[in-house]
Amino acid sequence: MHLVVCVKQAPDTEALIKLKPDGSGIEEAGIKWVMNPYDEYAVEEALRLKEKNGGDVTIVSLGPARAMESIRTALAMGADKGIHISDPSLDRADAFVAASALAAAIKSLPHDIILCGQRAIDDDSGQVGSILAELLGVPQLTIIMKLEVAGGVAKAVKAIEGAQVVLESALPCVVTAQKGLNEPRYASLPGIMKAKKKPVDVKNAAALGISVEQKARIIKMMPPPQRAAGKIIQGDDPEAKARELVRLLREEAKVI
Amino acid sequence: MNFELSEELRMLKDMACKFAQNEIAPIARDCDEHERYTPEIRIKAAEQGLVGAWISEDYGGAGVGVLGNTLISEEVSRVDMGIGLNICAASFGCEALYYYGTEEQKQAYLPPVCRGEQVSAGAFTEPNAGTDVAGYKTRAVRDGDDFVINGTKTFITNGSVCHWMVLQCITNPEEKRHQSFSQVIVPADSPGITRNKIRGKMGIRASDTAEIAFEDVRVPAANLLGSEKRGFYQLMHFFDVTRIMVAGQAVGLSRACIDESIKYAKERTAFGTPIGSFQATMTKLTDMATRLEALRNLVYKAAWLVDSGKPDYHLAAMAKYFGGETAVFCANAAVEIHGGYGYIDEYNVQRFYRDAKILELYEGTKEAEIMTIGRYLQS
Ligand SMILES: Cc1cc2nc3c(=O)[nH]c(=O)nc-3n(C[C@H](O)[C@H](O)[C@H](O)COP(=O)(O)OP(=O)(O)OC[C@H]3O[C@@H](n4cnc5c(N)ncnc54)[C@H](O)[C@@H]3O)c2cc1C
Repeated sequence: MHLVVCVKQAPDTEALIKLKPDGSGIEEAGIKWVMNPYDEYAVEEALRLKEKNGGDVTIVSLGPARAMESIRTALAMGADKGIHISDPSLDRADAFVAASALAAAIKSLPHDIILCGQRAIDDDSGQVGSILAELLGVPQLTIIMKLEVAGGVAKAVKAIEGAQVVLESALPCVVTAQKGLNEPRYASLPGIMKAKKKPVDVKNAAALGISVEQKARIIKMMPPPQRAAGKIIQGDDPEAKARELVRLLREEAKVI
Repeated sequence: MNFELSEELRMLKDMACKFAQNEIAPIARDCDEHERYTPEIRIKAAEQGLVGAWISEDYGGAGVGVLGNTLISEEVSRVDMGIGLNICAASFGCEALYYYGTEEQKQAYLPPVCRGEQVSAGAFTEPNAGTDVAGYKTRAVRDGDDFVINGTKTFITNGSVCHWMVLQCITNPEEKRHQSFSQVIVPADSPGITRNKIRGKMGIRASDTAEIAFEDVRVPAANLLGSEKRGFYQLMHFFDVTRIMVAGQAVGLSRACIDESIKYAKERTAFGTPIGSFQATMTKLTDMATRLEALRNLVYKAAWLVDSGKPDYHLAAMAKYFGGETAVFCANAAVEIHGGYGYIDEYNVQRFYRDAKILELYEGTKEAEIMTIGRYLQS
């Protein structure tokens, strides 16, 4: 079974994010980068499928030079090889351009299942997996919590409000991973030592033959508005204070 | 000059950090309170290659070198030094085998430790002699093809959980003091061994420490480790390397103290303003951070020199010396910044404060490090 996993590098969830003064993006200096956590689930699921069915796992990542670290991490977890799409012209890619680049790289690879994280924790757009499926002309199973593959059919479970949906798809297909799909393994030390010997192809936009226009552009990034100071209800009479609290929750905050 | 860690070492550090956060943090307080050793963490860590990681692949290790091992020690100690020792000291004693063992001994003893199945120990200190390494009295008498051992060792890390130990003992009393010692590998289940766990430690309470008594304990003479009469010198060299791991613990613990202190300095207010806005707090944070940075560079360099084949053991002694001092300084400042809360076990810094002190005691007291460094400077 040929498994392909799309991996994006994102700022660590604990990193302190600062915006550039002109609002064009975030200050990248001093940030710790990690593999997008949802992509870790995707990598883990691919490794489990490989362990069960045999085959190989290829990691595809679009990003600047540093993205190589996330590819290596996935290789250290047990993936077999990597493709790093690295091109300054793609550094500010929107979801469409990113998916186009990934599709171009994946088209030339044998693929039965393509796994992605359901979204990346940096821009939270959540579109790449779906656009990728469209571009490849294959079905998509999105935000998946459980996956089984047997007899050329992928069976997946997805949670919706108050229920679970069971989906089936022929292969090849795109599956996007949701939290809970599995518990990702650590990149073990022997794995880390082996990772650097595994092959990673670096390709630029020309090599992949992609020349597409962005469909969306970030105009400005702004920090969230400062939270207004809390209100303290003064007074000595607990009953009166409780009444005032209920009134405020009802009339001002409108939560009850 | 390049201060960057290699990509591999960065990944190793990230992984060890993640492991410590996920596996150690949730149980740290409980293990400290109940003095609980954690075999399950050791086994899990071994599955990831974290146990005996410095040992080469030929003997089951991950071959990450002394610097790699120091980074592991730093990351686990940043979360809990006691449980960290369950991982990093699980191979304590293996250094002696690695440097002086025969191929057969290395193949027999090192891989099970790396797999997490066995635990080793280094049994040197005695009730009546610690720093005075040439004053140990434990005796191994040659009897046919065996050694017969009598004596008592104390404060032995892993003492009650280990499967085998490297024992420092007198084999040649007729020789001059320093030439009278040899090292012998002793299986922990040998008849005549009594092990008593030492309870009531101030810190690193998840680490196992025991007193071990030997009464007519027989081991084959083939268990001699390295050369007869060279035990004293072998032990000195042993500490040259293990000290760096301890210095790594100091980096981790100091970092933890600073992280908690910065967080608290921003949250806690007094006189209507965060305590971090007071210059007295800033001075503490600045001193902690500056010392940590100096320590980190010293420790990484000492480790890097060993891996580069040009070890400088006086630098290693300095790293251990400054490490202990820095950790104790940072833990003290962290408690002060936390005020009364720093004195309560609900806050991590209280545990860090108790844990820090051991770094000025074991693997050579700070006074012993001063002797080593001071003599060298004048040699
Ligand atoms: C938790 C823990 C774990 C340990 N793990 C191990 C282990 O795994 N294996 C092992 O063998 N040992 C272990 N030890 C023992 C430790 O290494 C010794 O306690 C340490 O070396 C000091 O020896 P001592 O306790 O006998 O003190 P002493 O040597 O009696 O020293 C007492 C004081 O006198 C000072 N002093 C002694 N000689 C001199 C001198 N010449 N000049 C100036 N000052 C001097 C010392 O610095 C110290 O301040 C451990 C100890 C502890 C507490």
